[in-house]
Amino acid sequence: MAASEAPPSAGSGGASGAGSGRAGQAEPNHGLRIFLIWLVVALAADLLIWFVWGPHLPPGDMASAANGQQFDIRVMAVMAAPVMALVLVYGAYAMIVWRHREGDDTDGPAIHGNTRVQATWITVTSVIVLCLAGFGTYELVNGQGAGAGEGPTAIWHPTGTKPLQVQVIGQQWRFTYRYPQFGGFETTQLVLPVNRWVQFNVTSLDVIHSFWAYQLGVKADANPGVNNIAFTKPTSTGRVVVRCAELCGLWHGAMFDYGKVVTDSAFMTWASQTRAQLADVTAMLPPYATTYDPTVIPNINKAMAKAGIVGANGYYYPPNDPVQP
Amino acid sequence: MAIAAQPQASESGGGQAIAGRAPRPWWGRPNMLWGLVGGAIGYTLGHVLGNYLTGLGAPTQYPNTALSDSADWPIVLGYAIGIVGWLAGLGVFNDILRQMAGRPAVQSDENEVGGLAKYFRFTHDHKVVGLQYLIGMIIYFCTAGLFAMAIRTELLSPVDHVFSSAAYVEIVGEHGTMMMMLMTSVIVGPLGNYLVPIMIGSKRVAFPRLEALSFWLTPAAFIILLSGLLLGGFPFGWTGYAPLSIQSTVGADSYAMAFGLMGISMVLAGFNLIVTIICYRAPGMRWSRLPMFVWSMIATSFLFVLAAPVLVGGMYMMITDRTAQTAFFADQLGGSSYLYQNLFWFFGHPEVYILALPGFGIVSEIIPVFTRKPLFGYKVAAAGMIGVTLLSFFVWQHHLFDSGINPDMRPLFMLTTELISIPTGFIYLVAMGTFWKAKIRFTVPMLFAIGMYFNFLIGGISGVFLSDVPADTTEHGSFFVMAHFHYTIMGGLIFALFGGIYYWLPKMMGIKLNQTLGKWHFWTMFIFFNSTFLPLFAVGMAGQPRRVFEYARNLETLNDWVSISAFLLGGSILLFVINFVWSTVFARVREVGNPWNSRGLEWQISSPPPPGNFARVPVVLSGPYEYGDPNAEPVADLNPPPGVLAATFSTPQDAKAEA
Amino acid sequence: MSVPARVVTLVVAFLAVAGGASFLVINFLLSSPPVEAYTTAADGQVHVTMQEDPQNTVTNKPDWVSYFIKSPTTGQWVHTTLFQVPAGATVDMTILGYDGCTPLRNPFWSKVTGTIGNVADVNGKPTKAINSWSGCNVGHTFSIPGIGLNVPMATPSVTATLCSTSPCTSGPHEVMTFKFKVPTTPGDYFWQCRVPCGGGFIDGFGGPMQTIGYMTGNMEVVS
Repeated sequence: MAASEAPPSAGSGGASGAGSGRAGQAEPNHGLRIFLIWLVVALAADLLIWFVWGPHLPPGDMASAANGQQFDIRVMAVMAAPVMALVLVYGAYAMIVWRHREGDDTDGPAIHGNTRVQATWITVTSVIVLCLAGFGTYELVNGQGAGAGEGPTAIWHPTGTKPLQVQVIGQQWRFTYRYPQFGGFETTQLVLPVNRWVQFNVTSLDVIHSFWAYQLGVKADANPGVNNIAFTKPTSTGRVVVRCAELCGLWHGAMFDYGKVVTDSAFMTWASQTRAQLADVTAMLPPYATTYDPTVIPNINKAMAKAGIVGANGYYYPPNDPVQP
Repeated sequence: MAIAAQPQASESGGGQAIAGRAPRPWWGRPNMLWGLVGGAIGYTLGHVLGNYLTGLGAPTQYPNTALSDSADWPIVLGYAIGIVGWLAGLGVFNDILRQMAGRPAVQSDENEVGGLAKYFRFTHDHKVVGLQYLIGMIIYFCTAGLFAMAIRTELLSPVDHVFSSAAYVEIVGEHGTMMMMLMTSVIVGPLGNYLVPIMIGSKRVAFPRLEALSFWLTPAAFIILLSGLLLGGFPFGWTGYAPLSIQSTVGADSYAMAFGLMGISMVLAGFNLIVTIICYRAPGMRWSRLPMFVWSMIATSFLFVLAAPVLVGGMYMMITDRTAQTAFFADQLGGSSYLYQNLFWFFGHPEVYILALPGFGIVSEIIPVFTRKPLFGYKVAAAGMIGVTLLSFFVWQHHLFDSGINPDMRPLFMLTTELISIPTGFIYLVAMGTFWKAKIRFTVPMLFAIGMYFNFLIGGISGVFLSDVPADTTEHGSFFVMAHFHYTIMGGLIFALFGGIYYWLPKMMGIKLNQTLGKWHFWTMFIFFNSTFLPLFAVGMAGQPRRVFEYARNLETLNDWVSISAFLLGGSILLFVINFVWSTVFARVREVGNPWNSRGLEWQISSPPPPGNFARVPVVLSGPYEYGDPNAEPVADLNPPPGVLAATFSTPQDAKAEA
Repeated sequence: MSVPARVVTLVVAFLAVAGGASFLVINFLLSSPPVEAYTTAADGQVHVTMQEDPQNTVTNKPDWVSYFIKSPTTGQWVHTTLFQVPAGATVDMTILGYDGCTPLRNPFWSKVTGTIGNVADVNGKPTKAINSWSGCNVGHTFSIPGIGLNVPMATPSVTATLCSTSPCTSGPHEVMTFKFKVPTTPGDYFWQCRVPCGGGFIDGFGGPMQTIGYMTGNMEVVS
C-alpha cells in the first residue's frame, strides 16, 4: 500500500522574505507595513502610559517605596507596551492579509526559518530582559529595599538618619503595632509622621501573615520567630490601608485596618498621649524584642503548674506535644 | 533508535473467550466498581486502625477522640489504606501477584473492540488510558470550575455574604487545589498518552501499567480532595503554607494526601513518557523530525519526574508534622516555616511550567496545519522548550520575594525569572514566523490556538511585572497575581486543551465535534475569559488581596463585572460540555479520514486507530511540517518492505523477528 | 448502545452529579449554626447573654471549648456563635465564664476596650484590665475587632471543680457584664476569642478557635 497521501498540491516555491512576487503583481513590503503600524501604535501607547497614566499608576506616591514602585511600573509598562503591540499588530495584520482565500487550496511558502530574524529576536529579547533585570536591581538597591520585607538582616537601608522603629505584630486576626522608642507601648492604631524614614519590624505570633500597607508601598510577610524588616518614608499625609496579604486562617479576609500619616508634631503628641494612656497595659507586656519566644507561654504554663495552678481544658500546647488529635 | 521487537499479545486477557470457558461477565473482572468497594473497605480498615492507634497514644484528657472524628491518624490511615484498596479492586496488583506466584503476566484486552466496559478497567492500551484521562479531566475541570463560580458568587458583594467565611475559605482551597493538582496532567494525560506513541510511530508505550496506574490515581485523588469538604475543608488555599496547615483540623489531611497522590501519579506518567519518547521512536524518527507536541511532552515529563518528588516529600512532611509529632515546619517548635515554602515552591514553579509547556506544544502542532506552512524555526522552538524546562528550576524564590528570605537572593532570582522569559518568547517567534505569508484557515482548533497566543501574551507580560521585585511588592498576594496565572494557565493551557480536543477528537474517537457549536464555544469563552480576568489586574493593583471575602467598597463595581463575566464564562464551558456530549453520544458524525489534511503521522492511520496503532512499524521519511515543499517526502512509509527495516536493526535476530 | 439507552444513561449520570453537588453544597457549604436574633427591649437596650464552657457535650468534638448563646425567644442555651442585633443599638452583654484559665499570647488583649466607659463588670465590680500572666485569671476573650471591642473573660477560682456537661447550668462561674454601641451601618462584624484555648493545636489557635459555632462567630447588624 502506498505511503501517506501527499498534501494538496504543493504551493508556490520556497520564497522567503519580502519582495518575491505573485504572478503579475508586485508583493507589498509586509515587513515595512507592519513596522510602520507598530511604530505608530507603540509610540502612542508609550506616550499615553508615560504622561497620561503614569502619575496615577498604583500604588500612588504617598511614600518613598510607593513612589519607587510607581516609577518601576511606569518604566516596565512603557517597555512592555511596544512588545505587546508588536505581537498584536503582527497577529492582526497576518490574520487579515494572509488569511485563506476561498478556492485556494495551495500550501504556503516552505519557509523553515530565517537565521537573521531568529538571531535578531534572541538578541533583542535578551537585551530587553537583561536591562529590566538590571533596572529592577538598581531600583531595589537605591530604593532602600523598595518596601519589600528584607528579613532580619536588611542589606538595603536608609543611611544617615535613624528611622522610626515600628514593630508590626501579626496575630490571628489583627495587626498590632509597638513603638519601642516610646516605651514599647502597643496599639492597634498605625500612626506615622510624615517625611521621616520608618523601619517596620514585622513578626508574627502564630501563622504566616503579611503586612501590606498599600499607600506606603510596604509588603512584608510576618513569620513566627522571624523579624522581617522593611523601610519606607511617607512623603505626604493621608490615610493608609493595611491589609493582610497572606492567607492566615478563617478571618484572613477581615484582617485589615486603616492607619494614617500625620505631621511630625501631631505624631509626637499622639505618641506621648497614647504612651500615658496605655501605661498600665504596657506594664503587662513582655519586654520589647524583635521576635517573641513562642515557648514563653508554655513556660508560663509550667510555672503555673509548679505553683499548683491548674488550667482546665483550655490548656495550651505543651512543647513536647506539637500535634494532638 | 527503535525497540526492535515489539511484544505481541501473548495471552488473551480475562475477557476473551478461552477455549472451553465462557468469558467472564463485567462484574466478575476487576474494574472501577470493585475499586470503589475496595476503597471503602480499605478506608474503614484504616480508620479503625487509626482509632486504635490514637486510643493507645492519646493522653487521657481526650477519651472521646476516637469517636469524635477529629483525629488525624484515622483519617490519614483511612485514606492510605483506602488507596491501596482502590487499586486492589481495580486489579492493579493482579499481574504482580501472578508473577510472584510463578504464573505469567496477562496481556490484557488489546484485541477487545467495542463496548464501554474497558474504559472502567485497568487496561494496558494507551489509547484507552488516553480516553479515560480525557473524560476524567473534563469532570475534574468542571467540578473545580463550579467552585470558581461559588467564589465569584461570594465576591459579588463586599458586605453581604452568601457563604460563611469558613465555607468560603474551604471553597477557595478546593478550587485552587483541584485545578492545580489535577490540571497538571490535563494535556499529558489525555493527549500525551494517546498521541505520543502514534506520533513517534510506536505500537505501545514503554510502561503501559505505569501509565494506567497514573490515571487511576487521579479519581482517587479527586475523591479524597472532595471528601475534605465533609471533614470541614482546609483553610489555607492550594499553597498549604505552614504553620497554618499544621494548625488546621482534619480537612488538611485530605489536601496533603490528595496532592501527594497526584505527585506520585505525575512521576509515573512522566517517567513512562520519557522512556517511550527516547526508546520507542520508529526508524527514521530523528529528534529533528519529532513533532513539537512530543517535544513539549518530553520537556513536561522531565519536569514531572524531577519536581513532583519534592512535592510528595513536602506533603509527607506535612502529614508527619500533623500526625507523628515531628516539627519540620513549626517555627514555634524549632522548625522553619521557610522550609515548607521553599520545598513547595521548588515544586510549585516547575509545576506552572508543567501547565504551560503542553499548551505551547499543542499550538505549535496546530498552526502549521492551518497555515499550510512549515513550523518556522523548529530548532528554536525545541530550544525554547528545553530552555524553559532547565530554567524553571532556578526561579522558584520569586514567589518568596516579600517573605523575609535573604535579601541577596532577590537580584539573583529576579535575573533568572527575567531570563526565563527569553525561551518563553521563542514560542512567539515561531508562531509569528509561521504566520508570515501563510494561508490561514480559521477552523475551531486554529481559533483556540490564536486565542492561546493572545492570552498568554498578556499573562506572560504581566509575569515580567511580577518578576521585578519593587513592583512585586505591591502585586504579590493580590488579584494581580491571580489575573497573571489565570491568563497563563487558563488562557494558555485550557485554550490549547480545547483546541487540541477539537483537533484530535476525530482521531481519538472517529467523531467530529460540531464545528458551529465549537465556534460559539470559542467566541463566548474568549470574550468572557478576557472580560473576567482583565479587570482583575486593576483590582489587584488597587489593593485587593487574594482569598478574601471582604474587600474595599469602591471595588464593588469591578468585582461585580468580573463575577457576571465569570458566570458567562462558566456558561461557555457548559456549551463545550453540551457540544461534547451531544457529538459523542447522540450525533456521532463519523470522521474517519484526515479532516484537517495534516501531515502528522497520527493522521496517516485510520480514526480511531486500530489496536497496535500500526500494522507494521513505519519508517519515517520526513518531518511533519513539510508543507509548501513539492519535493518533500511523505511523512512515513507505513508498509516498509522487509529489507528496509532489517537494515536499521542492530542484530539479525531482531530483524528476523520483525520480518 | 441504542439512542434511548444513551439518553437514559446520560440523564441518570446528570442527576447523580447534580444530586451529589447539591448535597455537598447544601449540607456542608451552606450549612451553619442558627443565628439568634435579638431585638431592642423596653429599656432601649439589647440584652444578649452568652456563656463559655470548658468543653461541649453536644457535638462530636467533646474536647473543644465552646461558647453558647441564650436564645431570646426560648431562653434555652443554643450551641451557636451567630447573633443578630439592630443597628445603632446599645448592647448590654452578659457572659458567664465557666471555663478555666489560659494565659493570653499577647497580653495587650488583657485590657478592656471598646465598651461604654472602657470597663467591664466582673461579678458587678468594674474592671479595666485582667492580667492573664500574673495568675490564673483569664479564660477567654470576647473581641469584635471591627468595632475595637475587646473584653477578657474572668475565670472561676483556680481550685474550683469546673462544670463538666454543657451547656453549663450549674458550677462555678464568673459573670461579666458590659455595654457597647453597635454601629449604625448594617453589616457582619466577626468576633473571636484571643486566648489560645484550642488545646492540641499549634499556638492554641486551631480547632475551636477557627470553627464557627465554637470560639468565633459573627455579629450581624441589621437595620
